[in-house]
Amino acid sequence: MSVSLRVLDDGAWVSVNDSRQVSVSELWRLDAPEFCSCTVPDFVVENFQSVGVDGRTITANVYGQCIQCGETGVPGWIPVGRLKNGEYVDLDRENVVLPAHDGHEN
Amino acid sequence: MPTDVERWKSEVYGNEIREHLFEFAEEGWDSIPEDERDAWFERFKWWGLYHQRSGQESYFMLRIGTPNGRLDPGQLRVVGEVAKEYATGPGTNPIFGDAYADITTRQAIQLHWIKLEDVPDLFEKLEANGLTAQQACGDSWRNIVGNPMAGNDAEEIIDAWPVIKELNETFKGDDDHSNLPRKWKVSVAGSADGSGQGDINDLALEPAYKEIDGERTVGFNVRVGGGLARNEPRHARDIDVWVAPEDAAAVSGGLSALFRDHGDRENRYNARIKFLVDEWGTEKVREVLQEDYVDFELETAGEDVRDQYTYNAGGDGRNDLVGIHKQKDGKNFVGLNVLVGRMGADDVLELADLAEKYGSGAARLTQRQNIIIPDVPDEELDEFLSEDLLDHYSPDPSPFMRGSVACTGTEFCSLSIVETKNRQVRFARWLKENVELPEGIDQFHIHLSGCTASCAQPQIADVSLRGMKTRKNGDPVEALDIGLGGGLGEEPQFARWVTQRVPVDEVPGAIKNLLASFEELREGDETFRDFIQRHDDDELADLVEPEETSYEDPMMHNTKRTWYPYAEEDSLDAGPAPTHADGTPITSDD
Repeated sequence: MSVSLRVLDDGAWVSVNDSRQVSVSELWRLDAPEFCSCTVPDFVVENFQSVGVDGRTITANVYGQCIQCGETGVPGWIPVGRLKNGEYVDLDRENVVLPAHDGHEN
Repeated sequence: MPTDVERWKSEVYGNEIREHLFEFAEEGWDSIPEDERDAWFERFKWWGLYHQRSGQESYFMLRIGTPNGRLDPGQLRVVGEVAKEYATGPGTNPIFGDAYADITTRQAIQLHWIKLEDVPDLFEKLEANGLTAQQACGDSWRNIVGNPMAGNDAEEIIDAWPVIKELNETFKGDDDHSNLPRKWKVSVAGSADGSGQGDINDLALEPAYKEIDGERTVGFNVRVGGGLARNEPRHARDIDVWVAPEDAAAVSGGLSALFRDHGDRENRYNARIKFLVDEWGTEKVREVLQEDYVDFELETAGEDVRDQYTYNAGGDGRNDLVGIHKQKDGKNFVGLNVLVGRMGADDVLELADLAEKYGSGAARLTQRQNIIIPDVPDEELDEFLSEDLLDHYSPDPSPFMRGSVACTGTEFCSLSIVETKNRQVRFARWLKENVELPEGIDQFHIHLSGCTASCAQPQIADVSLRGMKTRKNGDPVEALDIGLGGGLGEEPQFARWVTQRVPVDEVPGAIKNLLASFEELREGDETFRDFIQRHDDDELADLVEPEETSYEDPMMHNTKRTWYPYAEEDSLDAGPAPTHADGTPITSDD
């Protein structure tokens, strides 16, 4: 099943199947030991660079900063949602720790 | 690989979008195929329509481009009428009510809650009155900015209006310049005060003298590659070109064509001419312009008047256009403060009445989001100033009201991280009531931008505020980065971001404490900007002491995760959108 993935509005939204799903300004806790020295970086999403898919997981390459230490940059590919029977399902991004991965762009 | 946007533009773009737009308007919102919506929304921007953010589907922001902020007699009334008739949606703003018009930092007008189905009638009314939304957004020549009193400002050394008018008429709707890699922002000014704010534009024409055939001639020096967005602020750079007014269109069109042909179409973040100037350097820009885009010998730069620039410069002289000022013809122009640029539609109509009664009916919009009523004779001035409406839109406001600029924010904008306009109103009111400025300081500019796109031009303010998030007591809250010491003038400077992620309810306290430190440590009659300049970032960070005060902020939560932040039931799925033309929700049964 093909999935339409896009970054829209100059990096403000991730769109999945022509529907805006993930927005800048969210605050995520990351498992991203290479991004900064914080144990669990507290990462504010400022701009989506690209969006991809890893199996059934939608991932985004995101610019932002850790609000604990101020480190800015792109921590890697972060899971933002999943595909279930072709439908997009949100991850509870603000209440779980999201793992950052090196990855490839789809 | 070309971006989605470039692909969409290659299929349909420019003038031809209009007929599709009108077809969709005729058939209704639902007629836009779901899988084509993003493409059409991108294209609609070229005709001034921005689809509002998630939770507000089927509603649009409409931007009306008014070149140089110029509203001819009668046009202000039209703005008020269309705002009243078309700019009312399901959400009511607690400060501004139901229908309002926003004056932008590029001297344009923005209306919200516009229904697609109303667009043909709305366009017909605008165009019948000499107004248009064409190219107000999108990848083309945007609204040209400058000193809105061009032609009648007693401080000008050349009337820039004929040049602005020619550029606007030449490049609006010109297929050769309608599909650029990205937006193209132009400033043309003839006043010696720097009120064109050319330094932050892609292309700036600034007044300058040049010896031509033995005669001292007034024309323009050309600067290229300024802009504030994306944490990459640049001042426009001198490319060593002076141009006579009659050649301004040829040189400006040459530079726009150079950008069209050489700008980066593969990466929209890199698709501004400021990055091309970074890459090439100014000499190469000049060489390529000369070789490939103009068919006459370019003059070298002339003698500029930048040492006279006062606008938004933080020192003596005219820092804005608020207040009563003399025109060349002996009449007066009266600059009125419009706090954060937003006016209720009824107020716009009432001001249109006053403009007709006391002036010529004309109005002007400024880059500091204020409005000017020109052509007021001396003998009418006192009566005009005594009108009740001017208690609110004052020609002599508190410096905190006068200096406030704010972008649209999460109320409507997809990019913003925080609420802005209402917050800046709350900040200004609190500061006015609770903070004294040191003696002799009657100008203090605070700009609040919801994100790094910098629509409120935060980097050129005394205090720069930029949307962020942080945690307070463990909970995510809206926050602001605080920058200091930005401004224009002969030597423009961008603000230095000295304190990051201050919870929004602690920002007024931070400004109060900063101003107290300024008063205590100030040397003589030092300006705020000079005071900031002689301290390093660590010292400044110590002077900004965020603190809770009597200021209360009702919008600490994630206002982006609402359908409308001021609604009683504000969750994303509680709003009525998308709706039919009459505002009733479109349901799955439709």
